[in-house]
Amino acid sequence: MHNIDWKKELKQSTLAALWFIFLTFPLMVMKVAIIQGQATITWRWYNVPVVAVTFFILSFVWRYMLERRNFTQKKESKDILGKLLAQPKYSRPAIIALAVFLLAFPFAFSMYQTNVMISVLIYIILGLGLNIVVGYGGLLHLGYAAFYAMGAYSYGLFFTYMGPKFIEWGINTGLMFWIAIPAAAILSLVFGFIVCLPVIRLRGDYLAIVTLAFGEITRMFLQNEGQITLGPSGVSQIPRPWLLGMKITPVFAAKYVYFIALVLVIISIKVVKNLEDSKIGRAWEAMRDDDIAAQSMGIDLTRAKLASFAVGALWAGFAGVLLAAKTTFINPESFTLWESIIILCVVVLGGMGSIPGVIVGSVLMIMLPEYFRSFAEYRMLIFGLALVLMMIFRQGGIIPRKRKQHTFEVEGEGAVK
Amino acid sequence: MKKLTVILLTIVVALALTLTGCQKGSKTIKIGVGGAHTGDLASYGLPTVNAVQLVAEEINANGGIDGKMIEVVVEDDQCKPEIATNTASKLVGEGVVAVIGHICSGATKAALGIYKDSDILTVSPSATNPDLCDGTYPNFFRTIASDSAQAETEVAFMKTMGLKKVAVLHDKGDYGKGFAELVQANAPAAGIEVVLFEGITPGGVDYSAIINKVANSGAEALVWGGYHPEASKLVTQMKNKGMSIPFLSDDGVKDQTFIDVAGEFAEGVYATGPIDTSTNALYKKAAADHLAKYGEEPGAFFYNAYAAMLAVCNAIDKADSTEYAAMRDALTSNYVDTTLGSISFDNSGEAIGVGFVVYQVKNGKYVEVK
Amino acid sequence: MEYFIQLFMSGTVKGSIYALIALGYAMVYGIIQLINFAHGEIYMIGAFTALIIGATMASAGVPTGLVLVVALISAMVWAAAYGVTLEKIAYKPLRNSPRLSALISAIGMSIFLQNYVLLAQTSNFVPYPNWVPQFAFLEDIKGILNSNQFFILLTTAVVMVLFTLMIRYTKMGKAMRATAQDKAMAQLVGINVNQVISVTFVLGSVTAALGGVLICSYMGQINYYIGFIAGIKAFVAAVLGGIGSIPGAVLGSFVLGWTESLGAGYLSSDYEDAFAFVILIIILLVRPSGLLGKKEIKKV
Repeated sequence: MHNIDWKKELKQSTLAALWFIFLTFPLMVMKVAIIQGQATITWRWYNVPVVAVTFFILSFVWRYMLERRNFTQKKESKDILGKLLAQPKYSRPAIIALAVFLLAFPFAFSMYQTNVMISVLIYIILGLGLNIVVGYGGLLHLGYAAFYAMGAYSYGLFFTYMGPKFIEWGINTGLMFWIAIPAAAILSLVFGFIVCLPVIRLRGDYLAIVTLAFGEITRMFLQNEGQITLGPSGVSQIPRPWLLGMKITPVFAAKYVYFIALVLVIISIKVVKNLEDSKIGRAWEAMRDDDIAAQSMGIDLTRAKLASFAVGALWAGFAGVLLAAKTTFINPESFTLWESIIILCVVVLGGMGSIPGVIVGSVLMIMLPEYFRSFAEYRMLIFGLALVLMMIFRQGGIIPRKRKQHTFEVEGEGAVK
Repeated sequence: MKKLTVILLTIVVALALTLTGCQKGSKTIKIGVGGAHTGDLASYGLPTVNAVQLVAEEINANGGIDGKMIEVVVEDDQCKPEIATNTASKLVGEGVVAVIGHICSGATKAALGIYKDSDILTVSPSATNPDLCDGTYPNFFRTIASDSAQAETEVAFMKTMGLKKVAVLHDKGDYGKGFAELVQANAPAAGIEVVLFEGITPGGVDYSAIINKVANSGAEALVWGGYHPEASKLVTQMKNKGMSIPFLSDDGVKDQTFIDVAGEFAEGVYATGPIDTSTNALYKKAAADHLAKYGEEPGAFFYNAYAAMLAVCNAIDKADSTEYAAMRDALTSNYVDTTLGSISFDNSGEAIGVGFVVYQVKNGKYVEVK
Repeated sequence: MEYFIQLFMSGTVKGSIYALIALGYAMVYGIIQLINFAHGEIYMIGAFTALIIGATMASAGVPTGLVLVVALISAMVWAAAYGVTLEKIAYKPLRNSPRLSALISAIGMSIFLQNYVLLAQTSNFVPYPNWVPQFAFLEDIKGILNSNQFFILLTTAVVMVLFTLMIRYTKMGKAMRATAQDKAMAQLVGINVNQVISVTFVLGSVTAALGGVLICSYMGQINYYIGFIAGIKAFVAAVLGGIGSIPGAVLGSFVLGWTESLGAGYLSSDYEDAFAFVILIIILLVRPSGLLGKKEIKKV
């Protein structure tokens, strides 16, 4: 870049170090313990040099990174790899490699890894669903976990109430999974539609807070109405999916659920991709960019909003059933506001409105905490920091959405799109 | 197509990092430990790890079980059901023959879904939910009495206090609400009327409305089902409002931290807790070993976990095998000396020889009420 | 009737507690349209700092009155410092990016700060000493209003009056209003927007810290996680009143406090939070921009 004014840089870093010594002093240096009304203060002076040195160095890195970010943002990034892979000669093998990898995965790796991968796949479905509301529709949704719960509980409670009947009739309870999958999706869709109806007038953060309210009310209902929902102790012993009447061991079930999830993910991607290019998909994008302009172009905003909520909820229904089948146990604690926030992070982290973004987002959100296990108690600290840094240095997400370029060629073989 | 490679790369890198630990030769007996080892409930899970490791070291130092060494495999579940299934599958994949854990009832239920079908013996030091021992999980045992035993002790004690009307509050959680409901169910038989039964939201900034409601209900005592942070908020606000009715609670409150936090307001509070076995020789030995190795007093459920591990090792020894059916048989048909006294297990998985008594805070310490 | 008064008073106290936290939300939102998710953590850090400084002084034998004053001041100073640093690191680099990016950054900071306090201090609950003076004249009615509650009400009232005056009459207040309306325009007429934003964070953090100390004194305990739930509630209150409006945030907080108390008292505390959310939904259905929010007029 340009020459560095070392004197100024040193001064800034020194100031930063001093500032952070001050800032962290009470919490990092002093430690309070109160036992029977008696306070004892431990002075941890060794933390002062640690903080000073850390922030002295970090201050340099921070300024350098920010400058580089602002610098590269102005220029078009050189995308050699992208261009290379755009040719079918290279992209075909890449797709085949990915497919082989995904198919071989549960056989090549242990049950633990397969189970983690199922979680990732579930979050991809959730992310794709929320992406419709947040990414395409531009509506901030903070109660998505309610629809996830809807899916999981419709399978769980279906089993609780109808399971004994199925056994009585001599039908394998595992079959219930295959009934629950479409049923839960439809229920979630209807639920999403009903929830959305009264709040359709609201915009922006007012809408966000109302979705948060719905999410919390749903969870409270699950928690308090024990006669209907089994309350906080949850639904256990949910059957694993049926496969030709075989006895399904956990090792086998992991592989099996993995493939069901994989198929659902592929279907979801396909459907969402088609939606994106459909009439309603374009209506959503128009609504997100400028709702008034969209309205004046003849787009029915009410319909568009309702559709995005309802369709978004549908995927949460699928994901919920998968979760219930995977863990065989569900309780209201799995569907807190925190869960909604994590799903939102999946969408925004990857890049709003971008399908590959959702995939990378969920891989990161689920696997980061898993492999941060080696950091033990520093795990969540690093995770929080990672979220902040990723947002600052990749503002549009990891894989930002590339908007489709609609070009028109007069000559050629009618390549209109 | 750049996107595709990015996806592929992230998956591969992420996997490479998760792949930890390779299979060792199986001349050892592997015993798993599952529970919360990170997060806000870690303080309930970590003592179990210490207990299991202490027992394993001791046995290994004496030549193992029939010449085979014990290997302890520790995995974290953060007390979250969805993580617990991953934890359980990791332990099963490692080839453990028995698991000590898990800690929370919800996570235990989720993990049992996998252990049950893999025929793995599971002994929890702390999961008290009654459902766990209702016959759905034949592989499940515990070294702590269930919540129903606890609620019965509590109600019997209320009867001796001569209470006629009580208010029951809970934290809407699995453990707290479960306990509260059992108290509510047992109360009428003891001639006690439950005049108020409600849940409160943990972490709230003010409970004065519900305390007014308790005062207004004419209750002669307040029963709390839940953990100690909310309990200390409730007693503090009650005393500040000038209310002096007795406060009774469960073993989630029978914790020194409660007395430290609530301070003077904790005085006189009743709580049920496991029978005090601190005069037992094995108990003293476990405490001394822990102090020698870790330099501090053991934490929550340490002695239950110690007993669980002793019982499992004894079962392997008696059965002369690590086959599930033989181990289960040995577990239910033999008494074993543990930190909790001499215990065995009944067919439903409950420990025989453990139970609850009532304690009261006197001068900043829990003292057994005789 | 006495029961109603009891419940009404506890609702008022609860409302004041929410108001102290909600003010910061409303101010920050008004200026940069950001839901500052980490605001609850600033509240927690303020209260923790006061505990550490206060306990150190108390064990050195300093009289209680002085301890309260110094603890409050240090809570406010450090909370303000954390608030400003938070803005510089996590929000300023994102000022021109999509709004949701800044929201995720705020969520990340919230997780980070919680775990920072957890690691630097403790994961356990710590008893919080009660430094608030006990007033003799409240002894007879302590079932309705005790000294801690009285002190909270008083503080909220004073803070609210001061804020309203400041925003209406001082130069900084005018600059804040101008920035809230149109950042680019404010810059053109010579307002230092960066400075205005920093001042907003300072003020928001200071009130949060004040609230933190008083609430923890009242509840008698603290841990690293108290900010999250309090923050969510205050956020709801701020939206209820009309986000960005300061009197709205206070009014919203009281409506929330009363609904929760009366709902718990007369109906069931099982659904205490649900009542608050139902009221929120009803109010927003009637007034889509909150109680005192400005009606959005969108120009094309």
